[in-house]
Amino acid sequence: MGLENVIAEALPEVLTTRLDSLINWARKSSLWPATFGLACCAIEMMNATTSRNDLARFGAEVFRASPRQADVMIVSGRVSRKMAPVLRRIYDQMPEPKWVISMGACATSGGVFDNYAIVQGVDKIVPVDVYIPGCPPRPEMLIHAVMMLQYKVMKESVRDRKDIPEEEAREAVVPGTLPVTDGSTARQNTLPESRPYTIASRHERRRSS
Amino acid sequence: MPEQSSSSETTPSPLVTALQREHPEWIAEVIYAFGETTIVVPREHLVAACSFLKTWPEGQFNFLADLCGADRGVEEEPRFEVNYHLFSTTKYHRIRLKVVLNEEDTHVPSVTGVWRTANWHERETYDLFGVIFDGHPDLRRILLPDDWQGHALRKDFPLRGYEPYSLK
Amino acid sequence: MSSVTIPPQFEIVDQPLDTQMTISMGPQHPSTHGVLRLELVLDGEMVVKTTPDIGYLHTGMEKLFEYKKYQQGIVITDRMDYLNPLGNNLAYVMAGEKLLGLEIPERAQVIRVLMCELQRIGSHLVWLGTHALDIGAMTVFFYCFREREKILNLIEAASGGRLTPSYFRIGGLMMDLPAGFEHRCKQFLDHFPKSVDEFHTLLSGNRIFQRRTQGIGKISAEDAIDWGLSGPCLRGSGINLDIRRANPYSGYENYDFEVPTEPDGDVWARYMVRMREMKESHKIATQALARLQPGPVKADAPKVVLPDREAMKSHMDALIHHFLIVAEGFDVPAGEVYHPIEASKGELGVYIKSDGGPKPSRVHFRGPSFVNLSALPMMAEGEMVADIVAIIGSLDVVLGEIDR
Repeated sequence: MGLENVIAEALPEVLTTRLDSLINWARKSSLWPATFGLACCAIEMMNATTSRNDLARFGAEVFRASPRQADVMIVSGRVSRKMAPVLRRIYDQMPEPKWVISMGACATSGGVFDNYAIVQGVDKIVPVDVYIPGCPPRPEMLIHAVMMLQYKVMKESVRDRKDIPEEEAREAVVPGTLPVTDGSTARQNTLPESRPYTIASRHERRRSS
Repeated sequence: MPEQSSSSETTPSPLVTALQREHPEWIAEVIYAFGETTIVVPREHLVAACSFLKTWPEGQFNFLADLCGADRGVEEEPRFEVNYHLFSTTKYHRIRLKVVLNEEDTHVPSVTGVWRTANWHERETYDLFGVIFDGHPDLRRILLPDDWQGHALRKDFPLRGYEPYSLK
Repeated sequence: MSSVTIPPQFEIVDQPLDTQMTISMGPQHPSTHGVLRLELVLDGEMVVKTTPDIGYLHTGMEKLFEYKKYQQGIVITDRMDYLNPLGNNLAYVMAGEKLLGLEIPERAQVIRVLMCELQRIGSHLVWLGTHALDIGAMTVFFYCFREREKILNLIEAASGGRLTPSYFRIGGLMMDLPAGFEHRCKQFLDHFPKSVDEFHTLLSGNRIFQRRTQGIGKISAEDAIDWGLSGPCLRGSGINLDIRRANPYSGYENYDFEVPTEPDGDVWARYMVRMREMKESHKIATQALARLQPGPVKADAPKVVLPDREAMKSHMDALIHHFLIVAEGFDVPAGEVYHPIEASKGELGVYIKSDGGPKPSRVHFRGPSFVNLSALPMMAEGEMVADIVAIIGSLDVVLGEIDR
């Protein structure tokens, strides 16, 4: 008497739903992060995957070392100017659909380090979906960010994301050149006006009611 | 304020007096402050002094703890200094050697022949200050990107750099 | 014999292929413990030459210090070796106190020792978890981080920050320990030695772990001193050197602990040294907890140390001092100091040069990981590629400290 039998007795044989819902449900439930831990926030990211705050319950089961197998890039830590082209190259290697979470104050805006060596915000290099403040943010904040990203993924449409053509992606990894694309990936990520871009957190909704 | 050893009320350390007896030309100035001893060494005697201090039975400074540069200021003369922090793993005492450099002539002989750990420290000092170490096996930038213009920790290099980062 | 013309770059040469290959173990790698790049020249599986390429996390912290007052700089020191932030804080703060000539009260010194030893245990737990994870033992990672959560709870209770506490100030502590801290700390310390024994049962008797670590990455004692290694890397080669014994600070001469050393100089020796160090740190922390007596936690220097908030709200001179210290900073006498401490990775030395103003003229951190990593080519050449990961793990490098 498994769960499937109970469901099969309660529901009709054929279910109808929107394609978007089904595909987005699959995507959001198995967001596999790429390891991009740079500095102190990486340690909090590791803390978020260990047994006390378990990120794997939300679908982020394994942290893939290879960007070709990853869905979301959690940029955790300060991005120095030497590292910035590497970051872009790893982002370009990720296949669509891909999202970016910018974890911590340094990745969001440069953080404490407003100087010659740190890029003031990783959104100068890659398009970011969720920003997490904090220095370092608590692991619970990272879990909240992954959940926000899941809400965002549910509201997207499959038609918005196309894979980058091979030439453009390959041109990005030619050594000696800065990996510049013509911005087409950034343009793909903007949502149409009708969908809300920012998702109010649960606290705000409670306060306003 | 740095004090000359002759006029201070602190007793000069026996190490420094013994060194002054043996090789007085190596000691340009001695500073005792905050419980630490600093010897200003002229540039040309640096390697000789270091290798002597490493093997001297009274010294036995076999551990180079730190090698760092400092920029006294754009208007100062001499402008740069390089500090060598020595430590003895057998006698547990520490001493600092200092070499002062003018802005036009920032060459210092390298001590990688005496302690191999000086290799990376000297590369870092070259990268951040522009002090050139003669005789270094592989003097190139270590922390800043290889095509960086300028030396970042000099006082005339602005904190925020010259332009914000852009991919183009 | 063939009518096909082969373009010149694809000429057939009658020579055997070169067996050496240069690859980049690149900045984004799960096992390099941060953004470290190694250029490896390989001959098959054997490493012929390796060159570490660092600087991918260079933050310009030393330049930032020159633009911040002394108290503001404490926040930056947290982010340097982010596994041992209280150690960085302590080194910087003690260098400042050396310049100012401050006398730190007994309770503050005991709390500093207690927090530093807890932090050392925490840092070694992360080392063990990630080292074992790289070698392949994933369970240990979760067990270590479970213990570390308890330590982070304690540090967060005292200072408000899990990973970046900034708990120490020039002249003492930020504020006194909260109520109930001693009880919770005692609970953790009572149960911790069993955890270390648990890690031993998981790893030390495991033949795979032994085969992957024994005889790998050897460095002799003379080479270790010549390359400037310190901390567990040096003690793993047989040299009995610990800054807490050689140049004691903050009351360490009053505590009873051993300095573990191992003679071999390989990855296994460094592993055993750190495991024994965790137990020694536990011993020191227990003694420090027993020695806690009520008393002030800030030095008696109203121009340098912020007054208590109650005093600030009720007394005029405390308010004025608070305002002046926060707004203008305190003037530090001109001069230079170099203060080394025994951080969890080795000798962490801070060099502060002051011009007499409220901001330092030059601050330099001698990061132990920076120097330990420079000995990697010596240890790794001649080993197999798969051993590089074990060697990097045993050096316990933290890129924040290397690149600053």
